[in-house]
Amino acid sequence: MSDLKYIAGKEPHPRERRMIFKNVDREGWDQSIDTYEKDGGYEMLKKALKMEPGDITSEVKAGGLRGRGGAGFPTGVKWGFLPPNNEKPVYLICNADESEPGTFKDRYIIHQDPHQLIEGMVISCFAVNAKLAYIYIREEFPEGAAILEKAIEEAHAKGYLGKDILGTGFDLEIYVHRGAGAYICGEETGLIESLEGKRPYPRIKPPYFPAAMGLYLCPTIVNNVETLCHVKHIIELGGEEWAKIGKPNNTGTRLLCVSGDVQKPGYYEVEVGSLTMGELINDVCGGLKEGRKLLAVIPGGSSAKVLRGDETYQVGDDELTIWDIPMDFDTLAACGSMAGSGGVIVIDDSRSISWVLNNINAFYAHESCGQCTPCREGSLWMKKITDRVVAGKASPQDIDTLYGVAKNIDGRTICAFGEACSWPTESFVEKFKDELVADTKPELSDDILNPESELAAAGLG
Amino acid sequence: MSEEKSDLIDVQINGEWHSFPKGTRMIEACRLAGFEVPHYCYHPKLTSPGNCRMCLVEMGMPPRPRPGEDPPEPDEDGHVPISWIPRPAIACANTIAPNMGIRTESEMTEECREGVMELLLANHPLDCPICDQAGECSLQEFSVEHGNGQSRFREQKVKKPKNVDIGPRIRLDDERCIMCSRCIRFMDEIADDPVLGFTDRGSHTTLTVHPGHELSNNYSLNTADICPVGALTSNDFRFQMRVWFMKETHTIDTNCATGCNVTVFSREDKIYRVIPRRNDDVNSDWMPDSHRLNIHWIDSEARLTDPLIRDEDGKNHRVANWAEALQRSAEALRDFDGGEIAVIASARMTNEELLITKRLVKQLNAGHVDVVPRVGEPDGYLISADRNPNTNGAKLVLGVEDPGASLDQIKDGIAQGRIKALICLQENLVDDAGFSAENLGKLDFLLTSYPLANPTAEAADIVLPGACWAEKSGTMINGTGRLQRLNKCIDGPGQTRESWEIVRDLIQALGGGNGIYSATELFAQLGDEVSEFEGITFGQIGDLGIPLIETDETIPLLEREAERKAQGLIVG
Repeated sequence: MSDLKYIAGKEPHPRERRMIFKNVDREGWDQSIDTYEKDGGYEMLKKALKMEPGDITSEVKAGGLRGRGGAGFPTGVKWGFLPPNNEKPVYLICNADESEPGTFKDRYIIHQDPHQLIEGMVISCFAVNAKLAYIYIREEFPEGAAILEKAIEEAHAKGYLGKDILGTGFDLEIYVHRGAGAYICGEETGLIESLEGKRPYPRIKPPYFPAAMGLYLCPTIVNNVETLCHVKHIIELGGEEWAKIGKPNNTGTRLLCVSGDVQKPGYYEVEVGSLTMGELINDVCGGLKEGRKLLAVIPGGSSAKVLRGDETYQVGDDELTIWDIPMDFDTLAACGSMAGSGGVIVIDDSRSISWVLNNINAFYAHESCGQCTPCREGSLWMKKITDRVVAGKASPQDIDTLYGVAKNIDGRTICAFGEACSWPTESFVEKFKDELVADTKPELSDDILNPESELAAAGLG
Repeated sequence: MSEEKSDLIDVQINGEWHSFPKGTRMIEACRLAGFEVPHYCYHPKLTSPGNCRMCLVEMGMPPRPRPGEDPPEPDEDGHVPISWIPRPAIACANTIAPNMGIRTESEMTEECREGVMELLLANHPLDCPICDQAGECSLQEFSVEHGNGQSRFREQKVKKPKNVDIGPRIRLDDERCIMCSRCIRFMDEIADDPVLGFTDRGSHTTLTVHPGHELSNNYSLNTADICPVGALTSNDFRFQMRVWFMKETHTIDTNCATGCNVTVFSREDKIYRVIPRRNDDVNSDWMPDSHRLNIHWIDSEARLTDPLIRDEDGKNHRVANWAEALQRSAEALRDFDGGEIAVIASARMTNEELLITKRLVKQLNAGHVDVVPRVGEPDGYLISADRNPNTNGAKLVLGVEDPGASLDQIKDGIAQGRIKALICLQENLVDDAGFSAENLGKLDFLLTSYPLANPTAEAADIVLPGACWAEKSGTMINGTGRLQRLNKCIDGPGQTRESWEIVRDLIQALGGGNGIYSATELFAQLGDEVSEFEGITFGQIGDLGIPLIETDETIPLLEREAERKAQGLIVG
């Protein structure tokens, strides 16, 4: 690490451990394959291609790599779901639809180190025997798409892609597919539908688990950009050695994207669980802004449940303040939230909780795909209620209704968007009810805004 | 036996154990056990997207022992206790599994239903009194059963296009649409004409036709049938009559040899609409628009309502009563030898009518008998090339081996003066069988019965008002050889009579008493004269018919549904 030079002002924090982001903001670094190769690029591919594909999966399993897209599902286990006697083609899809608010890590990999992703993908494709792979990149990354196209072309010219890769007989093509600007395309089955040219309506599971019935109803692996990059490093260190990074069951490094009310928001690659929330905010991010107090943290992208700044959390036998929470998958889950996509949103006491929740609700109401009833109708309803809360046109009862609507969505939808849109409301009302009610007016409790409901309320509708 | 047993799976539904075949959907298992699970998007003939979430139920599976833990001990029936899952599951798309538990009446299930109902109604107009779907709206029905009497929704509703013209026969009200996607799937999967789709997203999702296309397929009206709400309505039927005022009669379509099973909706002897009735051996759940809309002539001005007799001046017809018309006919017919008489009946007549026609032929010793064939292009779905509903009956009962084969001989016979009298039952020879008025003019005696005024009647000496398909009962044999019941829906106008009555009375006037008082009596006698009918009772035919004879005709739409069923895509 010490011999690496970074652009002035963008040096990694000493608490960081840069593996995936080794080359991000590096002095003299560019996206070209020559630069990548000079730095030892594609050596791990050569190593992997000499291994048995099954052994690569075993290493990934041994490493305990958990998906970095949001759900934290073990990658090796996911690969293991491919049907053993499969005769159909297998597809691998890189999910580069980074769209969870508060998350901005994959774009830096794509923009600054595209070959790391491609190397990780080729290794992963070799492991799962995929001959065709797609990078599904969100529409909002036009530059990233062009960079990836160029990187794929370069890798082709060097024989890392195409027919008979490095003389091993393994064939692979990677295509970049640009989305059309929809959050739901980050949901893996919605992504697959979109890739098939349809509306990105997530599929019902069962039966449409991608590993069995994915793209074109063939076995398909969908992994996040960061996850696929980790595969390269697992090959480098070996699963067992890689698993020593981080904590048991929370292995490796991960990219945290800190935004909001801190002195130095940005991206930080740390060993999973090596930092507490307090260390992340105070040491790495330079602390809160002058004279402010911590109100809340959303620790894993906007859909993660909010943590209150002055709350204590019972984790096993320990009672933790928010500052003591180690930033790993399991502890954040035990605190009632999730590590999610690594997007840490810090909210200080200068913010209005109603406004924060309304902002989140507006996003999810706009992004609900509209396929299934609870999320389609509920997400907009929640937004409309918080619109009124923010505008001072709501009553205290509206907060109860808001909570009831969220509960009517949670657990009842086709995909996890139901939870993504209802968890913020549920957690904000559970933890900040007083603050929300403070923005309402009791005298408005009989206010009805549509004539039909007025009739219904009067028993005439 | 043991093999059959292994294909059955034990499932506990609301506390009781049941066995169902492997692959049964949860919703169907519940239905078979007597518990209807409310649903909107699910339709057994279409794929299951699981989007409405109305069919969420509490579900459980056998407990999974932790490592080191012993698996639970099965009871004497081999069942283990169920470990209930805290997250509800959709019953429509999931199949049953061994030792699965389903609760359709639990608190969790009821909460889900109430929650989904509230959300579905949030942006749905609450103007049921002016909605044409009222009375047959699943949203109304399930709201009463599972909804909450009050709404917590106080916001402005989402505004969407109303009264949208999406095709010649269907009108769309997007505000009523609950986005179940049944119509989209029907047009894609059944009609192979995927013109419908959604635009926009979230709560603003809007059903529409693809740019530059319209919903003009001949099966488009089926989308109105399966639309659970008032979003898609039939231009022909909407706002004509409230559904609860109408009488529903189960009968069959007579526009082609398929004999689609239908329900006819009528009030005070007027038919307002015809919709398909499920019969998995005939028309599945569907029928063509062209057939169901072919009803407006039934109460038209052109209906014949009274027997007519040609005036003494030989030019005009005058109204007569039945007794006089029949008496005149009998008197006229007695003057001819059998060889001078031709009888042209119709393959639109019922087996019973054809049976008594055969007796008339025998009584008159008529030398020429035929029916008028109707052939068109089959549509590859439900419309048969044979546009007569009962050609098989004409062959089997009346004994016409090759329908239409004698028509030219009859024409020639008339032209040459060999045939002097013609009885035409329920056909229009000029328009449908290539007879010319000039040709018919050469006859000494022409008797015709038909529902509508027509050029053949113009040339006739006696014109008898015949009941149409909706005004009579009987049986027919469809193209695949299935015996089906035609049931009387309405009374015909004026003095119209069913053909069997007309022919019976003519036989009587000719001096041959027969003591027949109803079409069912004729049906009972069919067994004596036609061996295929032996031992079959009218009741046995039921609402769905029974296979009677073997033919080589198949129904293409059913074949394709069978394939999709075999693939597990649909329940079927």
